[in-house]
Amino acid sequence: MTNDPLGTLAGLPEGRVLPVVTAPDPVLARAGSEVDPADPAIVQLAADLVATMRVSPGCVGLAAPQVGVSVKVFCVDVAQHPKTRTQHGTFVLCNAVVESATRNEKAREGCMSVPDFTGDVKRATRIVVRGQAPGTGAEVRIETDAFEARALQHEIDHCDGLLFLDRAAGAHAIHPRKTYL
Amino acid sequence: MPLLAVTVLGHDRPGIIAETTGALAGLGLNIEDSTMTLLRGHFAMMLITGGPADAATVEEALAGLTSDGSLSVSVREVPAERGTPAGSTYLLSVHGGDRPGIVSTLAGEVAKVGGNITDLTTRLAGDLYVLSAEVDLPEATDVPALTSALRAAAGGLGVEVSLLPLESDDL
Repeated sequence: MTNDPLGTLAGLPEGRVLPVVTAPDPVLARAGSEVDPADPAIVQLAADLVATMRVSPGCVGLAAPQVGVSVKVFCVDVAQHPKTRTQHGTFVLCNAVVESATRNEKAREGCMSVPDFTGDVKRATRIVVRGQAPGTGAEVRIETDAFEARALQHEIDHCDGLLFLDRAAGAHAIHPRKTYL
Repeated sequence: MPLLAVTVLGHDRPGIIAETTGALAGLGLNIEDSTMTLLRGHFAMMLITGGPADAATVEEALAGLTSDGSLSVSVREVPAERGTPAGSTYLLSVHGGDRPGIVSTLAGEVAKVGGNITDLTTRLAGDLYVLSAEVDLPEATDVPALTSALRAAAGGLGVEVSLLPLESDDL
């Protein structure tokens, strides 16, 4: 059963699993366009993002530019992650913005679109995000913390054409990811 | 095409990186991995380059850097290496009063269990010595036992030590 307390998944069609693009694909460095949440193509994209996130092991969020579409839509689900405190199940947001952000903390991040590196990134641990649900366009306000806050900022960055590489916390903050032989 | 390891060490001044990399680019070399920092104020840079030039040609191209004696340059061919093997990554942190043997003693404890240090920085400021190391430990490592061994070794040196898992979270 889908964990959808925000109701942003209601009415979404069946999603298709899309290929995830990796850096240096230029779509990842381009700010995504704002969308009409009621546009059927955006509603389908929302479903596709969730479907693609679901089949990607360990994936807790996916933004439209990561599937090659330069728009401001992303999904998040951190419910199963051990570093999660507050969480809002699985949700999709369109045109999301960070309204407030406080209490920065540095942590090491990885990203499906940057598979060979991890990076130390300072992000707020308490945030308020506002966006719209796909389909209805209903306003959604999320107040959260800890890992969900980090995931939201990471995905909103993707929608703005930013990768964690753009936020490295120092000249020695990007690390080769361990290669599993 | 050979991989070359290039090191540049010496008196720091503006422009060393621009001159070094300009000469390498002029030879059509690609800088693959590199790192640079200041060690006690000395410029220290290491680069691995790939491309169509041999070590002697690169040394000759970098000769201008060494002409006043303030910098030393070495270039040698190196083989391609495989990636880091599987394991868990930990951050080893040490701080305390400076004395000889801190790095060797604690690195020795890591080596005893087959741990591999993949990144290391040490800094001395006044009497305070600080070490930070990223350590890959084999999956089978008894981490509590290693932590105890490190603490015992650190106790003998009069320094503090911690060994914490270094996790990265995929987003």
